[in-house]
Amino acid sequence: MSAENAGNDVKISCRNVWQLFGKGADRFLAKHDNKPTMGQIVSAGLIGAVRDVSFDVHQNEILMIMGLSGSGKSTMLRCITQLLKPTAGEIIFNGTDITKVSARELNNLRRHKMGMVFQHFGLLPHRTVLENIAFPLEIQGLDGNERIAKARELVELVGLAGRESYFPRELSGGQQQRVGIARSLAVEPDVWFLDEPFSALDPLIRREMQDEFMRLQSKLNKSIVFVTHDFDEAVRLGDRIAIMKDGELVQIGTPEELVTNPADEYVRAFVENAPKAKLVTVGKIMNELGSVDTATEPVLVGAVLEDVAKRVMMSESAIPVSNKEGKLVGSIDREKLVSVLFAV
Amino acid sequence: MIAEHAIAKLSPAQKRRRNITHALIAVAIIVIGIVAKGQFAWVAKFPRKWVVPLKNWITDFFEWIVYGVTFFEGKSYEFVPTDVTRGMIKIFEYQLSFTDGLFFNGFRIGVDPLPWITVVGLMAILGHWVAGWRMAIIAGGSFLYLSLFSVWAPAMDTFSLVLLTVPVVFVIGLFLAIWMSRSRRIENAITPFFDLMQAMPPFAYMVPIVVLFGIGDVPAMLAVAVFAVPPVARCILLGLQTVPHEVIEAGEMAGCTPRQMLWKVKVPTSRSTVLVGLNQGIMQTLAMIVLASLIGASGLGNELLNSLQTLRLGQALEQGLAIVVIAVALDRLSAAYAHKPKQYIDKSLPWVQKHRHLVFAGGFLVASIAMAWFIPSLRVLPKEWPLTTAPMWDAGIDWVLVNWYDNVQGFRNFVLIDLLIPIKKFLLSVPWPTFIGLIILLGYRMGGWKLALTVGLMITFPLLMGLWKQTMITVYMIGSAAVICIVVGFPIGLLAARSERLSRYIILMCDFFQTFPSFIYLIPVIMLFKVSDISAIIAVLAFALVPMVRYTNLGFRNVPFNIREAAIQQGATRWQRLIKVELPLAAPEIMLGINQVIFMALFMVAITALIGTQDLGSEINRARTGNKTGRALVAGLCIAFLGMIADRIIKAWRKQHDYQQSRNT
Ligand SMILES: Nc1ncnc2c1ncn2[C@@H]1O[C@H](COP(=O)(O)OP(=O)(O)OP(=O)(O)O)[C@@H](O)[C@H]1O
Ligand SMILES: [Mg+2]
Repeated sequence: MSAENAGNDVKISCRNVWQLFGKGADRFLAKHDNKPTMGQIVSAGLIGAVRDVSFDVHQNEILMIMGLSGSGKSTMLRCITQLLKPTAGEIIFNGTDITKVSARELNNLRRHKMGMVFQHFGLLPHRTVLENIAFPLEIQGLDGNERIAKARELVELVGLAGRESYFPRELSGGQQQRVGIARSLAVEPDVWFLDEPFSALDPLIRREMQDEFMRLQSKLNKSIVFVTHDFDEAVRLGDRIAIMKDGELVQIGTPEELVTNPADEYVRAFVENAPKAKLVTVGKIMNELGSVDTATEPVLVGAVLEDVAKRVMMSESAIPVSNKEGKLVGSIDREKLVSVLFAV
Repeated sequence: MIAEHAIAKLSPAQKRRRNITHALIAVAIIVIGIVAKGQFAWVAKFPRKWVVPLKNWITDFFEWIVYGVTFFEGKSYEFVPTDVTRGMIKIFEYQLSFTDGLFFNGFRIGVDPLPWITVVGLMAILGHWVAGWRMAIIAGGSFLYLSLFSVWAPAMDTFSLVLLTVPVVFVIGLFLAIWMSRSRRIENAITPFFDLMQAMPPFAYMVPIVVLFGIGDVPAMLAVAVFAVPPVARCILLGLQTVPHEVIEAGEMAGCTPRQMLWKVKVPTSRSTVLVGLNQGIMQTLAMIVLASLIGASGLGNELLNSLQTLRLGQALEQGLAIVVIAVALDRLSAAYAHKPKQYIDKSLPWVQKHRHLVFAGGFLVASIAMAWFIPSLRVLPKEWPLTTAPMWDAGIDWVLVNWYDNVQGFRNFVLIDLLIPIKKFLLSVPWPTFIGLIILLGYRMGGWKLALTVGLMITFPLLMGLWKQTMITVYMIGSAAVICIVVGFPIGLLAARSERLSRYIILMCDFFQTFPSFIYLIPVIMLFKVSDISAIIAVLAFALVPMVRYTNLGFRNVPFNIREAAIQQGATRWQRLIKVELPLAAPEIMLGINQVIFMALFMVAITALIGTQDLGSEINRARTGNKTGRALVAGLCIAFLGMIADRIIKAWRKQHDYQQSRNT
């Protein structure tokens, strides 16, 4: 799940996506040449839930979408899955613009390529755990025994063995979300969408489910779009993070890029409490090589600050930094480290 | 939408100015009306030649349908429209003859109907399957009551009719609801028809039904369906519309086709609301069963009418009670079934174990029939067995008549002469332009131009139909009854909201009075008060009081506890608390209660016509006896419009004043 092996093949590409709520939104957008300002939108009585958002999701990448409540995260996700038709823009999925495909093709895509987990689980109350998990397979038209066998595997996978015949109302929140996860994986989707899947759970369970999620992902290696409003969660689980504010994409990048180089105050407020020592690598903050004592054993450019902190802090003078090949590329000293970690 | 927000946002000064303007306009309307009345004859009395002869057109239309057209004339397969309608009847008659045979008639080939012991036992088993022992006792006990109190055969007749009608009503309701859930546009197009069907007194549409379909159980079933389908469909629609958003999205993400979405996601997810719809269907059907007997439904309703006509009041009361008993049993059964959570059944178990109740019921069926074969009293109760309370009731009524008659006459004369007749005279003397103008002004004040136009059209309709006088008398009856309902019902509802213990009894009484056939109220009232407006008003009162009590209770109970606490904490006295805090918060519910009171009163108006009033109800009643389709429908529309005017205005008022709801959304 690291950024390097995410590769460059783009799975989903969102191009200038707009979602305006209210009457006559398309006409309004066309009138303003697809570039209305927030002020124009508000005075037209519309709600600008998503405004001109573009980004890519790569193969096997976990992209986190995060932002405050009402910033348009869910709406953006629903635009990608076409649960909402964007007012304008393109969603290119495996090379085709799915805003233009027929309802039938879209259904096909959803039946085989997409899986989604919902914040409030969205389970069918009249079906047992097993029947809920088998539901998408039933819709696909798989025959009874086959889908039950498949559903049983998934029950096993999410650790609900023994509860196959429970109804959702008889399960705890965490268990219900496990059902939701199993159901979304039943069709072996290409891309996995999760809308704040753990927000409705209490902190301990949430932690446990995050671990569970990472365990699953290490087995499955899917391309994932994951919505959250919790920066810790975003950092823990994501390869890259897209930060939204009032419907706009403010910044997108790896956790390290956001921490070391926040685009504005809004992003800075988010990253303030992030565990910088675990995120930032030496290379990001090192000084010029300068007049450093080259006899000292160098630290690696790719090491995170946490791993080198002790040595840097104990040393009176700057320590050289080398790349993998052993070539010296810079230096790091106490003042720099302290100023980054404690923002002084 | 915009208008209400505008009103809510007005500053106190602007509000005051608005109030003054409206008051001035009202005074102007009144003065102009009075002056015009003296000046122009057409204001004093709406000229006869201006009346639109809509009722004749309708009557002609129906006559033309029934007698006037023949398709494929001269051919061997020529037919007239009534051949079609009466042919449709045949389809249902066949089904009905089956359930009738099963429950009380027996079959022509020499098979007896089910023994009473079998029916009682099966109901008990059904009750147990639905909700355990308590329900078994309620269901079995109710039917045991029917068999012990000498109403078995008519009760089974009614039961069989209900058993056939309810599924028909339910299926129609379900499909209408599904269709309406497709789009806002369809919903908006159908809702006014539902409003009309619910606001129109059943007598009015019974006439065209008789003309087209004749008299009998099945036409009666149709009338019941017209009455019962709208609430059923509304309930199911609500269920379909309130399926959680995410559940629907989950369905979409699974790639559901619209059909899969409906049958695999929406309908099963809203199962309990859909079943509450079924429950509504049952209750509405039973509420209509007596009225339906006027156009030929056999069973308890018919017997009850007979008893009333021959003044055997005790018996009538007992038959009325039997209807209540059936209603209570079916209501509890269906309500329990609606709330019964789906149980997991292990598919690997043997069939017998998976269907224990079914097996047991089958066993009981065979065993009880065999037993009844040997012990005849289990089959049909011997004549001397059945209990009756009729003599007791008769004696009670006699006692009341003897001992209260004089006092009651005094009271009656006072109310009638000193209160009601002056009100009536006053209303009849109001010039029609004034009345219409004031209604339009009220509509404008509550909901802007659109509402003003709607209510204006609806109140002008009776005028154009030449039914202004009858309409005003109806307004006077409904108005008086509604005022009394409010004055009496409000304190009772308040009392119920204050005390847990009292509330249980009061709600029980409400349940009882709501299912008790409305006809029966007429009898003792007539005996005491003779045929007069006051009898009609009292009969309306007995029937329409229930919603007032219920909704007042509900309104006060829904006042959030923390708000009440805050008021106490601020040192408000009990009285201040009631007037300044709780009443405004409970008001929307209470207004809904008044809305219901008006609808029930309008429903009852048609019935009280049977005891000779001069309002729209009597207009329908006269049309009914003469099969005058147009006359009945037009008068029915007038009543329906009165109800809808009240409904629209009250709903608009609620939108302006529902603080609680606007806070929640
Ligand atoms: N169907 C809708 N109609 C009108 N406005 C909507 C609709 N759905 C969302 N909005 C508005 O769009 C904006 C973005 O909503 P969205 O649900 O995407 O936020 P979010 O970032 O997911 O917030 P949360 O963390 O609370 O889930 C909000 O202002 C919301 O009120
Ligand atoms: Mg959201």
